[in-house]
Amino acid sequence: MYRFDYHKAKNIQDAARHYEKADDGVYIAGGMTLIPALKLRLASPSDLVDLAAIPDLQGIDTKEDCVIIGAMTRHADVAASPEIRAKIPALADLAGGIGNPQVRNRGTLGGSIANNDPAADYPAGVLGLKAVIVTDRREIAADDFFTGMFETALDEGEIITAVRFPIPKRAAYAKFPNPVSRYAIVGVFVADMDEGVRVAVTGAGSCVFRITEMEEAFGGSLAPDSVKTVKITPDEFNTDLHASAEYRAHLIKVMAGRAVEKIMK
Amino acid sequence: MPIDIAMTVNGKKTTASVQPDRLLADFLREDLGLTGTHIGCDTAQCGACTIHMDGAPVKACAVLAVQADAAEIVTIEGLADGDRLHPMQRAFQEYHGLQCGFCTPGMVMAALGIVARHGVPDKPVIRKELEGNFCRCTGYHNIVAAIEAGAREMAE
Repeated sequence: MYRFDYHKAKNIQDAARHYEKADDGVYIAGGMTLIPALKLRLASPSDLVDLAAIPDLQGIDTKEDCVIIGAMTRHADVAASPEIRAKIPALADLAGGIGNPQVRNRGTLGGSIANNDPAADYPAGVLGLKAVIVTDRREIAADDFFTGMFETALDEGEIITAVRFPIPKRAAYAKFPNPVSRYAIVGVFVADMDEGVRVAVTGAGSCVFRITEMEEAFGGSLAPDSVKTVKITPDEFNTDLHASAEYRAHLIKVMAGRAVEKIMK
Repeated sequence: MPIDIAMTVNGKKTTASVQPDRLLADFLREDLGLTGTHIGCDTAQCGACTIHMDGAPVKACAVLAVQADAAEIVTIEGLADGDRLHPMQRAFQEYHGLQCGFCTPGMVMAALGIVARHGVPDKPVIRKELEGNFCRCTGYHNIVAAIEAGAREMAE
């Protein structure tokens, strides 16, 4: 690691102040991506501003029509939350499948989506469920939030405080995990919302995206067979040592089918 | 700039001044001499450095010592009661849940996390929950058997 300074922020204003004062600061949430990146010298910030001790960023709040999850809520807490299990079981399932138990005890919702790894699980849930990202400055719709590989709509120094998830009629997430890291080679989140079906895909492209053709094909019926006729073109998909673009295109259909089967169970 | 930290390690209050880039794993091993926490891959994959931070298993090679300020840390050295091994350690011995032993401290600490969440888990649950710990010797069979037996012993 290159040397950096470290500040444990007491509250959101304190965090923003430390960030502003730093030459090249970065916020640290759980650090499950940032610390490995620092160790590999892929990142060389001048200052880390730790958000872990800010009470306003913690906790799970369930309302009639939505679930609000604090940005610093750990994956393990989302996975184990009886409220989330009751309201959006697909989201608890997704959180419970991230990485491994040790990672889930450190990693956070806000950290995951701010990082926007192309193979991360949470972006699929956030986009699939049409969530709203609440920051210290504004609210951002999920459809506008994920802008590219490791890129988001967040401005310099902006802090995610919470994510508000509407409660779907039914939803499920299916992923084909990398056997070592458990990152998604392809993950598909299918949500049956009041406004219609939403299908969000992670792992296949430069960042999470929706497949509107599949959403339309599902219509209201959510039959697993209805995805079979949808044509997925792999032109812009990722190819790496784990899977080719064509294989990922194929996996999207398979995972979408599995997600629907889970919903129907 | 060095930062003053204070934490509880295996029941003992510990204070230190550390550089922000000091990993918790290095702090435990080199500054406190607790070398039972092993560093295998140093890339947060193998789980040999698993310790408990505020009751939850985490990989100490992916946590900064400064992040553990005010935390309650338990390492493998904190389990035995004098010469008397913890039931989970005894189970690993009895069921031959190790060969070279390098991954074992992390396995035992992960196992206690499994027991905390699942009580007495069955084998499929143990196998799934061990996804953050690698063993390159045993094929896991005896580790799974040891954790099952250790969990049963702890429940009694």
